[in-house]
Amino acid sequence: MTKIENIRGAQIVVEALKEEGVDTMFGYPGGANMVIYDALYDEKAINHILTRHEQAAIHAADGYARTTGKPGVVMATSGPGGTNLVTGLANAYMDSVPLVAITAQVGRSLLGKDSFQEADIVGITIPITKYSYLVKDIKDLARIIHEAFYLATTGRPGPVLVDIPKDVTQELADFVYPPEMDLPGYSIESKIDMAEVDAAMDMICSAKRPLMFVGGGVRNAGASEDVLALVEKLNVPVSWSLMGKGVIPDDHELNLGMVGMHGTAYANYAFSECDLILGIGVRFDDRVTGKLSTFAKNAMVVHVDIDDAEIDKIVPTSAAVHGDAGEVTRLFLKKLDEREDREDITEWHDRVEDWKETHPLAYDQTDIIKPQYVLEAINRQTKGDCYASTEVGQNQMWSAQWLQVKTPEQFVTSGGLGTMGFGLPAAIGMQLAHPDKTVLSMSGDGSFQMNIQELQTIKELKLPVKIVILNNGCLGMVRQWQDLFMDKRYACTVFLDKPDFVRIAEAYGIKGRMVMNPDEVEDAVKEALEYDGPFLLNIAIESEENVFPMVPAGGSLNNMLK
Amino acid sequence: MKHTLSVLVENKPGVLTRIAGLFARRGYNISSLAVGETDDPDVSRMTIVVSGDEVVIEQVCKQLNKLVDVIKLTDITDKEFIGREMIFIKVNCPDAKARMEIMQFVDIFRARVVDIGKDTMIIEATGEAAKIDAIEDTLRPFGIRDFVRTGQIAMVRGAKNPKHPKKSN
Amino acid sequence: MKMKAAESLMKILEDHGVDVIFGYPGGAVLPIYDAILKNDNIKHVLVRNEQAAPHAASGYAKMKNRPGVCLATSGPGATNLVTGIATAYMDSVPMVAITGQVSTPMIGTDAFQEVDITGITMPITKHNYLVKDAKDLPRIMSEAFHVASTGRPGPVLVDIPRDVADTMIEHPDDLTVNIKGYKPTYKGHNSQIKKIVKALEKAEAPLIMAGGGMQYAGAGDELKEFAERIDAPVVTTLNAISIFPETDKRALGMLGMHGRPAANYAVSHCDLLISLGARFGDRATGSVGKFAKKATIIHIDIDPAEIGKNVRVDVPIVGDVKIILKDLNAAVEQRDHSEWNSKVADWKLEHPMSDQYGNESDLKPQKILELLGDLTRDRAVVTTDVGQHQMWTALHYDFEKERTLITSGGLGTMGYGFPAAIGAQMADPEKLVICVTGDGSFQMSLPEMATAIEHCLPIKIVLMNNSSLSLVKQLQHFQCDRRYSGIDFTANPDFCLLAQAYGVKTFRIEKEEEMEEKLAEALASEGLTLIECIVSDKEMVYPFVPGKKGLDEMVKFEKLK
Repeated sequence: MTKIENIRGAQIVVEALKEEGVDTMFGYPGGANMVIYDALYDEKAINHILTRHEQAAIHAADGYARTTGKPGVVMATSGPGGTNLVTGLANAYMDSVPLVAITAQVGRSLLGKDSFQEADIVGITIPITKYSYLVKDIKDLARIIHEAFYLATTGRPGPVLVDIPKDVTQELADFVYPPEMDLPGYSIESKIDMAEVDAAMDMICSAKRPLMFVGGGVRNAGASEDVLALVEKLNVPVSWSLMGKGVIPDDHELNLGMVGMHGTAYANYAFSECDLILGIGVRFDDRVTGKLSTFAKNAMVVHVDIDDAEIDKIVPTSAAVHGDAGEVTRLFLKKLDEREDREDITEWHDRVEDWKETHPLAYDQTDIIKPQYVLEAINRQTKGDCYASTEVGQNQMWSAQWLQVKTPEQFVTSGGLGTMGFGLPAAIGMQLAHPDKTVLSMSGDGSFQMNIQELQTIKELKLPVKIVILNNGCLGMVRQWQDLFMDKRYACTVFLDKPDFVRIAEAYGIKGRMVMNPDEVEDAVKEALEYDGPFLLNIAIESEENVFPMVPAGGSLNNMLK
Repeated sequence: MKHTLSVLVENKPGVLTRIAGLFARRGYNISSLAVGETDDPDVSRMTIVVSGDEVVIEQVCKQLNKLVDVIKLTDITDKEFIGREMIFIKVNCPDAKARMEIMQFVDIFRARVVDIGKDTMIIEATGEAAKIDAIEDTLRPFGIRDFVRTGQIAMVRGAKNPKHPKKSN
Repeated sequence: MKMKAAESLMKILEDHGVDVIFGYPGGAVLPIYDAILKNDNIKHVLVRNEQAAPHAASGYAKMKNRPGVCLATSGPGATNLVTGIATAYMDSVPMVAITGQVSTPMIGTDAFQEVDITGITMPITKHNYLVKDAKDLPRIMSEAFHVASTGRPGPVLVDIPRDVADTMIEHPDDLTVNIKGYKPTYKGHNSQIKKIVKALEKAEAPLIMAGGGMQYAGAGDELKEFAERIDAPVVTTLNAISIFPETDKRALGMLGMHGRPAANYAVSHCDLLISLGARFGDRATGSVGKFAKKATIIHIDIDPAEIGKNVRVDVPIVGDVKIILKDLNAAVEQRDHSEWNSKVADWKLEHPMSDQYGNESDLKPQKILELLGDLTRDRAVVTTDVGQHQMWTALHYDFEKERTLITSGGLGTMGYGFPAAIGAQMADPEKLVICVTGDGSFQMSLPEMATAIEHCLPIKIVLMNNSSLSLVKQLQHFQCDRRYSGIDFTANPDFCLLAQAYGVKTFRIEKEEEMEEKLAEALASEGLTLIECIVSDKEMVYPFVPGKKGLDEMVKFEKLK
């Protein structure tokens, strides 16, 4: 137990962060959080990363959290500082990312009076945080921070916000850590129902056409290895939601790729034809299921999730195990050792192989650069050994489909909220977590502009992030919907003014290269990857290039546009 | 000091959130709150008991009035009004003697016994806050198993009850 | 007439005189965007981050004095509006924010890009709506405009699920608004007017304090007459700057934490303070207990909740400040307070703003703003970001014409200024629009250069580059013993090169000698122009009132003799 007598509230914040094992945090100073920044001034154990916008700070913390499994920490001032975190909090909330956001608030005597830079950030963030606190008494400060980390990282992870009035950071109190927590309404006790486990086992063993389906919950539980072991032991085809990319290595023979709106054709067919889905850490999001009434209509569903509220929320289950993905998976593995009554599924494997052969992911490389070709060029050079963040839109779907990774920590993307502008700052967080690894920021020209100012953060910290812009001069994904479903009526999706991204990078002191021809792609990718420092590749692709396959929104998975 | 506010609001989803959020954000304390539909199903009445000094109460009233879904607000504290709360108390009554004693208290307070179990009884009582407090104090020695208390509802005596404005259409 | 709800929406926008909306498309707003495409009368400005959309709508609203409109998709689109909506809320900017939402059957299922934006924005909107039934859309939109623009203006958000926007409805002919719980008061109470008249007759040292409400009321002329009639000097809050010509002899300029010395002294010495549409924010009052201690306070405001919220008030009156000023001008006899006025004039003479320039450096930001004022105050609208440059603009530009300063006062939002300039320029393409910004703030919205170029907006950006977050640095200088933490921006990009990459014309001013010529040349050039001024990070904003101090205890710059 740590005890320090009579220190400022701001110092308590810093000491508590250290106790929680925080060594990297992201933020932006202002009037109200100035005292905390003053406490950070002398602090050697915490590396504070100053971004150029609070919105980027929280995305960077999010990227850091997703790629390390540790909670991300972000700090902002009151008022606009806090409100600039809103998108990032919602983003982390939708994807269950452990995050602790510390905002400063106006002094207690000014609260509720519409004071300068006052915003009710606790009220604003109620719908988008796992919990939010306003610290009204310095005696509660250490306990609240401890609880915040506990809530953020346990159970189904998520963002927690702690709002601290400026005068609380100035007051003095004794620091005792860890303090006792006071959370009577929160329990993470394991409640695995063995009867459900056995029922699930029976269904798995008797299934003729079983399919495994893995998602972000596996990543959060750090259970990829266990799940991979289960996949191999069961020898069943496995598909994933966007958040589950990397749980199964992309080059694994049982990997069917992503399911859903932009899933592979063979994964979508497999969902439509299978007789059992074993879903682990997934939430059957609408982008996955397509039209619900036809989703996996031949299948029984076994659902494993840490969040009881997810079970039966969208898809009715035949068996459901409420528990940690790793714990349940290991239990399955153990139970499986005792069973010898597995159905033969050779026929099912043949069927799946057949789909793979007849409906592969494909494209035709013409004299215009294809985005898929760029991703293949990256694969050839990195051989799956790279970290990548994506933005949102077509670049995201192409990356999910084509980029090769081996673990979920290598692939960071905004799934549930679909936040443009997430990728570049997330890559900053990833590169800080893995200073010696190749970190790619896969981007589109729309998303890239949203947090373009972070080029400065990259330059300042000398982070060798490789930015790959698949530039089609428009908001490609929205344009694709207009192309396919709105009679090609392209309302407000084309950027009439296209800034020169290479020159912009150069203005920041970052090297860049424009790529126009397919012949150059291989060399350009090589140059970027080998360059010692940040590098921007601005790659011209066609605005007409769409992401396929595509299940129209509300359509059935087996009814794809290809 | 405690003030009783009688508030007519639009009967719409989210109205309660708007009011609760306002109290939280401006740092006001709700002592109790009771909501129910009025004779007009489009309108609900809230009775809010709030504590604070005159300056705070004035702000509470003005801020509440600013909410678009608040139709009319009256601070009835200084008016002649009838205010009632209701409670259920589940008390221990291990034997006949205890039961007798409890029944006597129930009579004195004009409360009612609404359920008798093997070794518990449920008492229902309505009254002003002070009376409810007194019942609770009286029964406490028997051992209270469970306790449910509503917020106060209130109505001004005589003809001057704050009515909601006539609908325009 | 039968039409899609999205088309009905367009009709209502047109009915309310909306000619520009600022937005960013996405899946859930596609039906609305499709309706925009079909509409010939409403221009859409595609911003580069939704965050800029409400700021642009705010700039537009402040220029036109009617609601600005912004549009975003569900999820991150909507959450990206939050800062802009909060900014508008704090400064009472009339605004209608429209967001797409996932289809009604998916609401509450954590669907793709679903977020509870009405829940999130409850604390920062005047009111908000989730349209669950397409039939209600015309009524709700009409109510939204009504609520946003009447009484104390403010932002209203309308969340429209995708399937609702796509539904065929009957567009009603009659859209008269009648909201039971919303009836603002405009006419001031007669007995209160009489009390004010009495107080004015008794006063020997009256002072007028104008607030942001004056701008929305459009009461500049009434204010001038009133000041003449009661023979009183005028101080303004940040949001009221420009409502009263700062070149006028009665003008004392801004009061408050960074107020002008004469303004702050006047507040501390007056015996009657007449507040017009101000809300006594903490940045204006300094320590509340020491604020206008000698004065009887009259508070005129359209929002009853403002009265008595922050300071004690002796005579309150609720209503439209323009109407009330008209009534007062009719009721008050000509007064003469020459003694008081000469005392005030002495303060002005003793403490000219040119004494507050601060430390010696090659290029004084304060001088640039003074010069900018001389060159443009008769014809320009100025937007600012937040930081030292904002305060210098407020202190040294000397605004002359009504509604020519557009700035984020209450929330103090960095990144506001440039998108606000885009909105202002869209509202009046012929106007000279200047955005004064700093290197920290400008980076928060610099992708919008592409937006401005796309619409050929000839905004002049005056960028005060001191490679630091200098207002925070100033606070650290005085309050944290010069321990500068988290404010170093020395890795700044080359802003001129950066702007050139967007196709922006650029100028760089590094020395005082070249200031005049380059500034004049830059202002005369066509198209979007960046004027980067390299200024010292040692410059401070003077005067300032330290925390817990009264306004007359401000710290002024003392020249080393």
